[in-house]
Amino acid sequence: MTTLETYPTMEDAARAMGADATFLGGGTVVMRAVNEGVATPRLIRVTDPGLAHISTVGEILRLGASVTMADVLAHRDLAFLHPVARQIGGPQVRNMATVAGNLFAEHPYGDFATALLALGAQVTVTGQGGARSVDEVLRDRDRAGLVSAVEIPRPRDVRSFGFRKVSRVKPKGVSVLCIAAYLPRESGRIRGARVAFGAMGPTPLRSSGAERALEGQMLDTATAEGAAAAATEGLSPATDQIATEWYRREVAGVHLKRLLTEMERG
Amino acid sequence: MKDMTTSGPMIEFRKDLFADERDDNLNEIGKPTRRQDILGHVTGRSPFFDDHLFDGLLHLRCTRSPHHHARIRRIDTSAADRMPGVVRVLTGKDVPTNLNTLLSLLDFGLDDEPILTDTKVAYMGEPVAAVIAETEAQARAAAAAVVVEWDVLPHVLDVEEAIKPGAPAVLDIYPNNLFVYHGKYDHQKLRFGDADRALAEADHIVEGRYQMSPIEQAPIETCGAIAAPEQNDRFVCYTSTQALFFSLGTAAKVLNIPSSRLHFIGGTVGGGFGGKVDSIHEPLAILGAMLTGRPVKYAWDRAEEMQVGAPRGAERWYVTDGVMNDGRIVARKFTGYFDAGAYTRLSSYAIIKGVGHLPGPYTIPNVSANVYCVYTNRTPATAMRGFGITGVDFAIEAHMDKVAETVGMNPIELRILNAYRDGDMKAHRREAKNCALIECAQVVAEKAGVTLSPELKAATSVTGGGGARGALPAHTATDEDGQVEGFQATSYANTSGASSAPQPSPTTSAPAPQPITSAPAPRPATPPAPPTSTPTPSPTPPAAADKKPARSGAMRFSSLSGFRRR
Amino acid sequence: MVKKPVNLTLNDSPRAAFADPGQNLLDFLRREIGDLSPKFGCGQGTCGACTVTIDGQTQLSCLVLAETVDGKEVRTASGLANGATLDPLQDAFMDHFAAQCGYCTPGMLVSARTLLDRNPRPTRDEVIEAISGNLCRCTGYEPIITAILSVAEGRARA
Ligand SMILES: Cc1cc2nc3c(=O)[nH]c(=O)nc-3n(C[C@H](O)[C@H](O)[C@H](O)COP(=O)(O)OP(=O)(O)OC[C@H]3O[C@@H](n4cnc5c(N)ncnc54)[C@H](O)[C@@H]3O)c2cc1C
Ligand code: FES
Ligand code: FES
Repeated sequence: MTTLETYPTMEDAARAMGADATFLGGGTVVMRAVNEGVATPRLIRVTDPGLAHISTVGEILRLGASVTMADVLAHRDLAFLHPVARQIGGPQVRNMATVAGNLFAEHPYGDFATALLALGAQVTVTGQGGARSVDEVLRDRDRAGLVSAVEIPRPRDVRSFGFRKVSRVKPKGVSVLCIAAYLPRESGRIRGARVAFGAMGPTPLRSSGAERALEGQMLDTATAEGAAAAATEGLSPATDQIATEWYRREVAGVHLKRLLTEMERG
Repeated sequence: MKDMTTSGPMIEFRKDLFADERDDNLNEIGKPTRRQDILGHVTGRSPFFDDHLFDGLLHLRCTRSPHHHARIRRIDTSAADRMPGVVRVLTGKDVPTNLNTLLSLLDFGLDDEPILTDTKVAYMGEPVAAVIAETEAQARAAAAAVVVEWDVLPHVLDVEEAIKPGAPAVLDIYPNNLFVYHGKYDHQKLRFGDADRALAEADHIVEGRYQMSPIEQAPIETCGAIAAPEQNDRFVCYTSTQALFFSLGTAAKVLNIPSSRLHFIGGTVGGGFGGKVDSIHEPLAILGAMLTGRPVKYAWDRAEEMQVGAPRGAERWYVTDGVMNDGRIVARKFTGYFDAGAYTRLSSYAIIKGVGHLPGPYTIPNVSANVYCVYTNRTPATAMRGFGITGVDFAIEAHMDKVAETVGMNPIELRILNAYRDGDMKAHRREAKNCALIECAQVVAEKAGVTLSPELKAATSVTGGGGARGALPAHTATDEDGQVEGFQATSYANTSGASSAPQPSPTTSAPAPQPITSAPAPRPATPPAPPTSTPTPSPTPPAAADKKPARSGAMRFSSLSGFRRR
Repeated sequence: MVKKPVNLTLNDSPRAAFADPGQNLLDFLRREIGDLSPKFGCGQGTCGACTVTIDGQTQLSCLVLAETVDGKEVRTASGLANGATLDPLQDAFMDHFAAQCGYCTPGMLVSARTLLDRNPRPTRDEVIEAISGNLCRCTGYEPIITAILSVAEGRARA
């Protein structure tokens, strides 16, 4: 039997958490477990309206824990993230699904988290001073604590960010894989390349091979091909109902090349 | 109301075709008409089975097998009994007639499937116990608390593996995991002319292997039923069934009560597509209501619908054609395997229907088919749209393309050349009437920009048929391959020694024969074995070979499967 | 088992009932309130048959904990008609044969109505997007899209 506990603030909620409790965000993942009778006995939620805010502090975009995909789509400053948010679930799911929850949604979910990983976003965890990188949170999700906000450094040039989702059902399917690439350029050369893949491992992962192949290069066909060839380095795809491991490995580079070609064209 | 026939881009009425065969003064055909139930649909008031509220409704959920194939050593329900909200836990011994086959109501097939098995499971997800509790969540929790001790058995999931010697026996009442047709053969036969001889004389032999996976009907409403005690010692049952009287008869048989004590309400079905004929939910919901005296709902969740909801079964077909250089197909042989899954349900009958469809809409003078209903440890299969036909039609039409390629003909031309025409003799010995494939193919060619030869462009379904094409073959090669013994043609039988005789059938059922296989069925040869035919003067088809009059099973289902004269 | 009182506004009228712990809004609306128009198809968020609006947004009632709608405004398909006067979308669905078994229809209508309230002149692609969270297994989406567009274009009977 699952009971719900409601707290006014994240701090209160954090204190109430425990092994027998799950934090309830938008509920699109948690409620399935409740319906199937496999949820933890306690659910914990927070009613603080401040968590639904999106704010801009200098070059940092700050998204509170209960900001949904629909909220992202309604916000002009987040236009570069609209192609990501728009491809998550159907309209009803987007009205419910939170950005914070996406960091914890299991494979094959986590499209938004993939974008956050590529963008080098930081996560504010309740009760822990300072922010932690998305990389770090994804590495040990079970012990990450409660996320109160996600902070995204605004790309200097929005064209340096690209996203591509591959799914069988359109417009609502889950990912065979998705790719987010952040390729800031200095005098034409890529500096600080970050390429993340979703559904290519237990959590969104960075492709060390693609990043190495892109770093310091001009974004052209040869570079794109080099990155595509090394795309699966650092990834560990699995076989599931949507695709086999083999298939995912085969097409990862193909789709990366298509994404890079699109980005090259601007 | 708008005229959908003109606003939609998709429908085009070709009234120039067969104009003299048709009155065009019909009131409904060809005109849009509003569904009579659509007001309920758009206002959300159409009463689906679950749209009936009962005070004190209980919820039933099943404990299911995690194994494909296993013997049950012990079922321990004591922990489940003590769980919060649990009112009653049912196992096989609580079910009055715990063995059934759906088609027993039509006098066809052996009772082979327990409602709640207590000896052995033959597919993953097979129910072994049913928990009735105050809430769905409590029923779910308690169903998980039923402890079953299993002896896991080897399993088989492929039709051709299942009929190999030494394969695990899915159900031990069948020889080599095969259904028995007409009490005699381990497959359904079709023999028309002498396919082997014609193959030997053909210019080309074209072989193909085709298969289709199981397909879940996936209705948006999952299958379910709610039963409640009514006045006059009756029980009302709201159900999602597509086959109300089938479900009524099945419930009466399983519960061993007269159907007059059951008040079934259905007809509002949230999508069926064939997947809602199996009458799985009604008997248990009613049994629950009988034993608890309260309303009981038994419905599948989505995961159950997908896992244990009977799909369209998998099929595998081997097709061998004999073709002349000019594209005429002179012989066609089939070996077909229907994957029934663990129990018969409707698969045996799907084959009867499928074989009646062979060799497709083509006039081929020599046709032979051996079609096997095979048991495997997969989810039992049942009906789906185009029941019995879809898989083999896919095989036939894919094969037609292969034949066209072999003889270097356009595939549309090949079809026109070989199509049935009015008056032709079909392989199941009925005259072809009202044929229209040629005209359809001609329109397709026109739309696809394919230029047809002048003869084929001029061909029609109403000319050129009959005559020699309408005659029965002078000689039909027959054989006794695949004979089994110990079964009766009227094969409805109670084989398990279950306590009570089936009730609802007003006819007397045959005394329980022991279906012992004396002769192991020979392994079906694929590709087809060389001819072992014994010429017989009479071209009588196997389906009519049963000499018993009116009451014979064969006669009953031949009328069912549409073999009657038109 | 401690039940929680839930007060909500359902299709403009105040309603109250008790929710079981862990009970989702779909089950609550159907069993405790008696609005049978939202349907169960999956309980997993994938079919959309349970679509309702909460404070004006379409949501999947099977994925909402009933007690969390306390104080909120919920709308379902049964609130579309005003007595015998149907919503133009309902008429259009009837005219265009946009419902076969009718099981997906209430959820489909809630999604369509929400779209048109926000965007009275949607493009075909916007209609497709708006109903992408609602599965229909029978009708085929074409008549549904046609029906919605006919209202958007003011072609349906008002
Ligand atoms: C039909 C359907 C389609 C979907 N399609 C997609 C898709 O295309 N792409 C995709 O990426 N996802 C998809 N999802 C998954 C899911 O909707 C999203 O991942 C969503 O972002 C999860 O957020 P939520 O707020 O609903 O999470 P919840 O269900 O509330 O929570 C999910 C997990 O995150 C944890 N959590 C939530 N918030 C916090 C927090 N602030 N701090 C710490 N932990 C937290 C929860 O405890 C839980 O473990 C789909 C889901 C459904 C039902
Ligand atoms: S029942 Fe809610 S989405 Fe299917
Ligand atoms: S009409 Fe049957 S699911 Fe849509």
